[in-house]
Amino acid sequence: MPEAMDLPRYRRLTAPYYRLEGRRCKKCGAVQFPAREACGACRGREQEPYRFSGRGTVFSFSEVAMAPQGFSGPYLVALVELEEGVRVTAQLTDVDPDEVEIGMPVEMVTRRLQERGPQGQGYLVYGYKFRPALVPKASTPARP
Amino acid sequence: MRDVFIIGAGQTPVGEHWDLGLRDLGASAIRAALDDATIETVDALFVGNMLGGAINGQENLGALLADAAGLLPAEAWKVEAACASGGAAVRAAALSVASGAHDVAVAVGIEKMTDAVSESVTAGLASASDCDYEASHGLSFTALSALLMRRYMHEHGVSREDFAPFAVSAHRNAAANENAMFREPISIEEFVRSSQVASPIGVLDAAPVCDGAAAVVICSRDALQGHHRAVRIAASAAATDTIGLAGRADLLTLGAAKRSAEKAFAASGFGPKDFDLFEAHDAFTIITALSVEACGFAPRGEALKRAAHGCFARGGCIPLSTFGGLKARGHPVGASGAYQIVEATLQLRREAGPNQVPGARVALTQSIGGHGSVAVTHVLEA
Repeated sequence: MPEAMDLPRYRRLTAPYYRLEGRRCKKCGAVQFPAREACGACRGREQEPYRFSGRGTVFSFSEVAMAPQGFSGPYLVALVELEEGVRVTAQLTDVDPDEVEIGMPVEMVTRRLQERGPQGQGYLVYGYKFRPALVPKASTPARP
Repeated sequence: MRDVFIIGAGQTPVGEHWDLGLRDLGASAIRAALDDATIETVDALFVGNMLGGAINGQENLGALLADAAGLLPAEAWKVEAACASGGAAVRAAALSVASGAHDVAVAVGIEKMTDAVSESVTAGLASASDCDYEASHGLSFTALSALLMRRYMHEHGVSREDFAPFAVSAHRNAAANENAMFREPISIEEFVRSSQVASPIGVLDAAPVCDGAAAVVICSRDALQGHHRAVRIAASAAATDTIGLAGRADLLTLGAAKRSAEKAFAASGFGPKDFDLFEAHDAFTIITALSVEACGFAPRGEALKRAAHGCFARGGCIPLSTFGGLKARGHPVGASGAYQIVEATLQLRREAGPNQVPGARVALTQSIGGHGSVAVTHVLEA
């Protein structure tokens, strides 16, 4: 990727990157991420914004050793199957590589994806990553 | 549509060509194909290339190579379909002749990857995926293949080692190919031990970064001359699938590869049992397996079992990547689809030397871009 000031590009992606927002078809109710002009199921054109829950399970994963420009390995990436039945590709975070397995419950968190532009003078791109789902523990004491 | 024929084929060796640039490689392959066809000029030139702008800072490759190869003022432009660019350029040339717009056209696939450091090449290759929803999240091209491979291993209960026969066989086939980049054999042990690029993909699962160009001259029946050793393009077909892997309902079926193969089978009248060889898009061992299954050479999930039985080696039921394929001949990305056509042409002309598949009469080639988001399939007949 070129070291260009492509700030508007990521501003355009605010809804999907920050809120995991896709589309829902007004005709058949099918949801999709990312948004496309027509419904993936019935090709209907009448759609509305739909915010995914951010909960899902790991469908497949990889540990990237040789990273592309703008990233530094190793880090984990995955295909996550959201509970709405739609998949999303993202990084995994807050997890040991040895602990990841297919089927593991995960949840969306907002994290730094990249620094763009000249090093130290560019801007930060934030977006979704997924971490192991935090299961509420029965023994957790009530907050004072 | 008119019948179209391949009357000339040319290629440069694949490797790290520190002394040769885009124009040198391209012109060399084009002139070799024209010499093979014993013609001087063509009506049109179609250039298959993926990374000229990203890596070489050079677009407008149509004019660049028409100029460098002495084809001015022929119509010429670049065709881009990621790693399937070479196959797409051949299809564009075939369509231009089949339609009657041109009588003689040349297609060249070319890539000059070693003019950039590996992080830039990795980022350039990632541009074949969905930039906003894959590459921008740190998914390299290899990482996306790794997601496919991990899921394949999970669903079909196979191990990384089970993918070894594809790579071992490719290196064995490349040994006698003087244009191949890797002519040394590899063992299953070396395959298993090779360092990880993006787990579970190791270095020996993957095709190398390299330079190369391959070209074919395509003409109508009217333009055929008595001395031409013509190979007929019995079918040319292409299809697409979602740009991102996440959008595929069935992750382990390469829909575009399957649909383009089905279209090519319907148009040519040939089916999986009729082919004498298959030049597959073996950029990663997982892609080889999925391409083999998409084309009907193995049922879903059975490709590795057949590979273990030697089905895809020379002398097997359907020899694969007979000159070493992308894995061992090398994968100059936008050129690979054209190399496949050149190699299949040599097989059908019985000019494949030590790599000759005995009695080869019908060949299948499949060029895949962006993890199956685009695929171009050709059927060639002697």
